[in-house]
Amino acid sequence: MDLVNIFIKGVFIDNMIFAYFLGMCSYLAVSKTVTTANGLGLAVIFVLGITVPVNYILENNVLQAGALHWLGDNFIDVDLNVLSLIMFIAVVSAMVQLVEMIIEKFSPALYSSLGIFLPLIAVNCAILGGALFMQERQYSTIIEATSFALGSGVGWYLAIVAIAAIREKIRYSNVPAPLRGLGITYIITGLMGIAFMCFMGIKI
Amino acid sequence: MKSFFNKQHQKLIADPLGDQNPITIQVLGICSALAITTQLENALVMTLAVIFVMTSASSIISILRNHVPNRIRIIVQLLVVASLVALVDQILKAFLPDASEQLSVFIGLIITNCIIMGRLEAFAMGNKVWESFLDALGNAFGYGWILVAVAFVRELFGSGKLLGYEIPGFNYLYELGYMNNNLMILPPMALVVVGVIIWIQRARNNDLIEEN
Repeated sequence: MDLVNIFIKGVFIDNMIFAYFLGMCSYLAVSKTVTTANGLGLAVIFVLGITVPVNYILENNVLQAGALHWLGDNFIDVDLNVLSLIMFIAVVSAMVQLVEMIIEKFSPALYSSLGIFLPLIAVNCAILGGALFMQERQYSTIIEATSFALGSGVGWYLAIVAIAAIREKIRYSNVPAPLRGLGITYIITGLMGIAFMCFMGIKI
Repeated sequence: MKSFFNKQHQKLIADPLGDQNPITIQVLGICSALAITTQLENALVMTLAVIFVMTSASSIISILRNHVPNRIRIIVQLLVVASLVALVDQILKAFLPDASEQLSVFIGLIITNCIIMGRLEAFAMGNKVWESFLDALGNAFGYGWILVAVAFVRELFGSGKLLGYEIPGFNYLYELGYMNNNLMILPPMALVVVGVIIWIQRARNNDLIEEN
């Protein structure tokens, strides 16, 4: 039950885009059509689902204060938290590279549709943000952390597909010239964010 | 002899403040920017952090640019930026614990701030140190002034304060029935405020208007 709770919370209440503005750059740049938005969204779910558990293992077995106790008594006092930023980003970029190579090898069709987005994802704030929130919220098991990661990924996917659909339709509307493109997208995202706020405080 | 600070150098600084602004025109670096603009103080701390990280990273990458193999350049860039951000993170924790607490994960997210990676990739990898430094400075300021402007509006109308201080005239306004607009504190309003800044900027300069 708790897992479902964490998942739903990640999708709606703590939505990466509407509550924290993470991954806004690719969200704005790649949301012109639903097809590309779909591809990028799936890639984000995928990468988040892989990197957060890996970072969770790293955090709990290497980085935290006292996490190195399995190396022997000498290491009980070691606190490597200073390095967490560097380690997380290294894991993220290595994972993205690895995932890219695996997909290229086993599924060329998927690769050609996701291909250009995968390198972009390495610097997508939502991925690193996922790792940092995981660290801050201290999930008790790796399954909870994975559930949180998948929830955030699905929330991000939902947001980018929704805005892409709206942007496809808004092309036919008479938007004031200076607001066209970027400006109206910001304002619509703001309005969607307000709509998403009514999920706040829901307890499942 | 080339001068130390010529026309071209001026352009490097001035362009990102206006017509090439990273946030409103190039759509870079919005990720870590908007969530922390509820208070002017946080926006200022964030701006300073970004200015430091960006100018240092650009200079370092520019020095290294002829020694880094092309294939691993992204990882090298990320590591340089991540080390600088870890430094800033530790300094903030030591000297400004309150601000560090409020900015929480967003200091860490400077690493994936697209402005930094974007300028490293587009400029510092192909230009000399001094030019890269100026370009980074210009872009960091272009990012900073939007941040400060948004934070100014949100803190003024949202909590009726600036930098945490009450504004003297507001007492009379409250008596007249004026109320703080709590909507301004909520995350979505940051987007609307930036949208309005974009609107003003493009209305003044028609060249910037996008095709529908």
